[in-house]
Amino acid sequence: MIWSNILIYFVIIPLLMLGGLALCKNIKQVRAVAVVGATALMALAIYLVVEFLGLRAAGNDAEMLFTEGAVMWFEPLNIHLALGVDGISVVMILLSAFIVFAGVFASWKMDPLPKEFFMWFCLLSTGVFGFFISIDMFTMFMFYEVALIPMYLLIGVWGSGNKMYSAMKLTLMLMGGSAFLMLGILGIYFHSAPAGQPLTMNILEIASNNAVPHSWQYFLFPMTFVGFGVLGAMFPFHTWSPDGHASAPTAVSMLHAGVLMKLGGYGCFRIAIFLMPYAANELAWIFLTLTGISVVYGAFSACVQTDLKYINAYSSVSHCGMVLFAILMLNTTAMTGAVLQMLSHGLMTALFFALIGMIYGRTHTRDIRKMGGLMQIMPFLGVGYVIAGLASLGLPGLSGFVAEMTIFVGSFQHADMFHRVFTIVACCSIVITAVYILRVVGKLLFGAVQDEHHRTLTDAEWHERLSTVTLILAVAAIGCFPNFFSSIITEAAEPIMKLFA
Amino acid sequence: MELSYTVLVLIIPVFMFLFLGIVGVKLSKKAAGLLGTTAMGITTVIAYAAALTYFFGADQGQVVDGVRQQLTVLDITWLEFTKNLVIKIGVLLDPISAMMLIVISTVSFMVHLYSLGYMDGEKGFQRYYAFLSLFTFSMLGLVLATNIFQMYIFWELVGVSSYLLIGFYYTLPAAVSASKKAFIVTRFADLGFLVGILILSFYTDTFDFITLTSNPQAAISTAGGATFLGCSVMTWALTLIFMGGAGKSAMFPLHIWLPDAMEGPTPVSALIHAATMVVAGVYLVARMFPVYAVDATALDIITVVGAFTAFYAAAVACVQSDIKRVLAFSTISQIAFMITSLGVASPELHHGVGYMASMFHLFTHAMFKALLFLCAGAIIHAVHSNEMSAMGGLRKYMPICHIAFLIGCLAISGIPPFAGFFSKDEILAAAYANSPLWGVWLSVVAGMTAFYMFRLYYKIFWWNNPDYGHHTPHEAPMTMTFPLIFLGLVSIVAGFIPFGEFVTWNREEYIIHLDWTIAGTSIVIALIGIGLATVMYRKENDIPERLANQFRGLWTAAYHRFYMDELYQFITHKIIFARISKPIAWFDRRIIDGTMDLLANVTNSASFAVRRMQSGSVQTYVWFYIVGAVAVAAITIICLI
Repeated sequence: MIWSNILIYFVIIPLLMLGGLALCKNIKQVRAVAVVGATALMALAIYLVVEFLGLRAAGNDAEMLFTEGAVMWFEPLNIHLALGVDGISVVMILLSAFIVFAGVFASWKMDPLPKEFFMWFCLLSTGVFGFFISIDMFTMFMFYEVALIPMYLLIGVWGSGNKMYSAMKLTLMLMGGSAFLMLGILGIYFHSAPAGQPLTMNILEIASNNAVPHSWQYFLFPMTFVGFGVLGAMFPFHTWSPDGHASAPTAVSMLHAGVLMKLGGYGCFRIAIFLMPYAANELAWIFLTLTGISVVYGAFSACVQTDLKYINAYSSVSHCGMVLFAILMLNTTAMTGAVLQMLSHGLMTALFFALIGMIYGRTHTRDIRKMGGLMQIMPFLGVGYVIAGLASLGLPGLSGFVAEMTIFVGSFQHADMFHRVFTIVACCSIVITAVYILRVVGKLLFGAVQDEHHRTLTDAEWHERLSTVTLILAVAAIGCFPNFFSSIITEAAEPIMKLFA
Repeated sequence: MELSYTVLVLIIPVFMFLFLGIVGVKLSKKAAGLLGTTAMGITTVIAYAAALTYFFGADQGQVVDGVRQQLTVLDITWLEFTKNLVIKIGVLLDPISAMMLIVISTVSFMVHLYSLGYMDGEKGFQRYYAFLSLFTFSMLGLVLATNIFQMYIFWELVGVSSYLLIGFYYTLPAAVSASKKAFIVTRFADLGFLVGILILSFYTDTFDFITLTSNPQAAISTAGGATFLGCSVMTWALTLIFMGGAGKSAMFPLHIWLPDAMEGPTPVSALIHAATMVVAGVYLVARMFPVYAVDATALDIITVVGAFTAFYAAAVACVQSDIKRVLAFSTISQIAFMITSLGVASPELHHGVGYMASMFHLFTHAMFKALLFLCAGAIIHAVHSNEMSAMGGLRKYMPICHIAFLIGCLAISGIPPFAGFFSKDEILAAAYANSPLWGVWLSVVAGMTAFYMFRLYYKIFWWNNPDYGHHTPHEAPMTMTFPLIFLGLVSIVAGFIPFGEFVTWNREEYIIHLDWTIAGTSIVIALIGIGLATVMYRKENDIPERLANQFRGLWTAAYHRFYMDELYQFITHKIIFARISKPIAWFDRRIIDGTMDLLANVTNSASFAVRRMQSGSVQTYVWFYIVGAVAVAAITIICLI
């Protein structure tokens, strides 16, 4: 029975929250439901990690665990609700749970329509968790869409600035990606088994059949890679990100940059690379060039922005570019680095957007030219911002360093000179990142107070502190004990990367 | 192993950092300061115990056949990249790391103590002590590293501690931009370091220092003669790693951050920007020396960079007017001595005396330069200005500081029996042994050193008596003078340490013999420098002014540090920002995003254009129907015919 599978509860809990929220009468009840649900998700995610490690320690070395209880959904196309996780999905679930938890506290004082906001927020979470626990291509795609659609309303209704334009742009560009994806998935499905055997949507079965013809792979690999790559902010399909983030409300930016963009990277390797290794190997250099450009290009663009959210959106282009870049190196170490970078980027960008939201909520501007010396006025937020900045520029002891170093060392192990030279190009981003981070920190937090009206502002409230501290602790945990995470990921990446050995 | 308690020198400071950083604001300033200083005191005791046990303790395998061994007393796996490429966090005890333990803990403890007086009443006192602890932790972790990646980790951490401490007065724009500059310039250098590590580890498949250095020939040959752009890949790797060192150690052309770093509190300058962090580059080359020794090209690059920087910085130091900047350029110049000394040290020449000399000078320089900076702090504390014009005649008001500063000046100028004489003499001996060119070159720079240091000395303590403002200067409190006295004493006696017995490149004992021709020459040159300074600056006169007018162009160029800062300003602002970043941002908004908008607009107008087809009016539909039917009929007929 599927109910005995712990994974299904990652979808059930947000749905229950959704139902609970619909019944709420006032903001207090809304908050109570949100907090209880987010805490339950976090507890469940931690329990899952423990359970997963326990099974692995007991010698269960199946590629995916918790696969019991698949339910048939649609017989003619052989679509199942099939669940399963490996080390990579487990850490992604943990990441999502942390960000949902922090997001709830960051949107504590959401106004107007708090109830509706949290309902969409829950639906979005359902999609995110559903995506990570599925091993059926169609179910994955469905959850992917469930996660994307609420963005339109969340930005369009609760956003700021030119919100209708941004919401429309984001949705349309991501839907464009989905269209490619749909084609890709159908293409894979129709070649998922050798002639005469039943076709399947199950990723594990497709991978073991390894029946997609090479000629088709040349077509389907770019389809799926670009389809997911749009969400992963791959150059030149990244322009939804600056506008989208700038208009989105705090918690939505957090969830979007923190988790949703990870769906892109995760999908890229789980579907594009895992199912079509031949084309991945042959075509990697094209996308490697594009993502290598992303890394440096995003960083340079961030250097001259003046809106805090634009800076972080471009910084995300750079950091997420690094994720795809590492995935395309097609070796275990770089792959591990890519997942670590997803975790690290998710947490620190969520932290950034949370803090930006809190600062914006007080100063009502995100233009760094109009702010200055905020450290004197709101030391807690200031220190939080500096820590986020240091994580972003790769300070050892915080998560960014671990992820980037794993990527660089892994990528540099590639036997081909082209890949190594490109790795050095990507390395240059560590300097440019330092430039734009320190520029913002110096301008925003240090120096003299720019606007005398800001002197009356207050520092963070308890729920804001809780949100910030949760994320900082997570960032520091990865940074201080990287081997715990990296060993879980490596062991999951190895079987996938064996295809290329 | 018994020495594994050495790890406490890392644990105590990092714990202190977290404690003071998190709950520091709840403590009173006094409590935070005392707590930080006490913790540092305990750390110092442990560091001394470890170092002394290593050098003199009962045998635990430190010495085998007259060779001091490298002891890995702790090695914990921190992050596994591949089977062999593993970052470990550990503690490596060998002669140089034990020596650095002593240097760092001594200076750090003195600075902790001194800051109790110097920083008294400053806002953010607790934060200051937290950052000092962070720095001490990072610096000790750097020197105790067992592998090059651990060193890189702590290398970044000292960089960030330096950033935080330079920018301690974060409301002052000058401090903010100085800290930013320091971080970015060293980050750029670290990029070289990182790429160097990547190349080195790619070919050797290890990060471990002992594996790399115990058989350097094997390490070099793993590259199999691979070349890149005409140079062997190992030369690339070693040069890039040196680039990291050059950034931290402020070698030309990556030196520009150090003079600006003087915006930080003066005790910080003494600790980080004079005695410890800035010698990390020297330490890095020394740590990897057996590998460098095999690659002559890399060593030549090191020598040339070092020698040029030594001269350049000395020339600039001769005309600066800010007391801390003179000391900063003097630091650059002295570190360049150490770097050059490593560059000229071939194992064949005098048993690699350059290596020993470099480490010896590192040790003595740390002591007397920290002394000079702490004196400068006391002086600045007394007259509330960094400019020499606000000083003069201070010998009457600050006798202890005066004597301490004089000792520092004599030590750095290389007058026996002060510490600098012995170490500098060994450097000169190594340089002459390598090539007379470098010998003469460094001798000239040594003369310039004596000149600018005594120029500083006379301008502060003699020259004239300016108007001191509201109050007369007075001696600093005991917490500040005690470190001066202590370091002053060390600067007098440190030269007599038989350094060759402890630290040599092959870790075998080496007996120092003073070469009196070289020693005599260097004393004479130093005396000439001092004499010149005495004539020009002892009493107020117009010789300096006339000389400056005589060589106006040269003087102005030197005063502006030969326009290196302007050059960097030009490159970053006019080229990187204006010619790269801005166009990229424009391209992104106008071209890439413009294409997306265009697509949307075209779709929009296309649908607008065809919307009339769905007008809902039956007549129109009938028209379409008739036209279509006729067209189909026509086509059918045409095809049939």
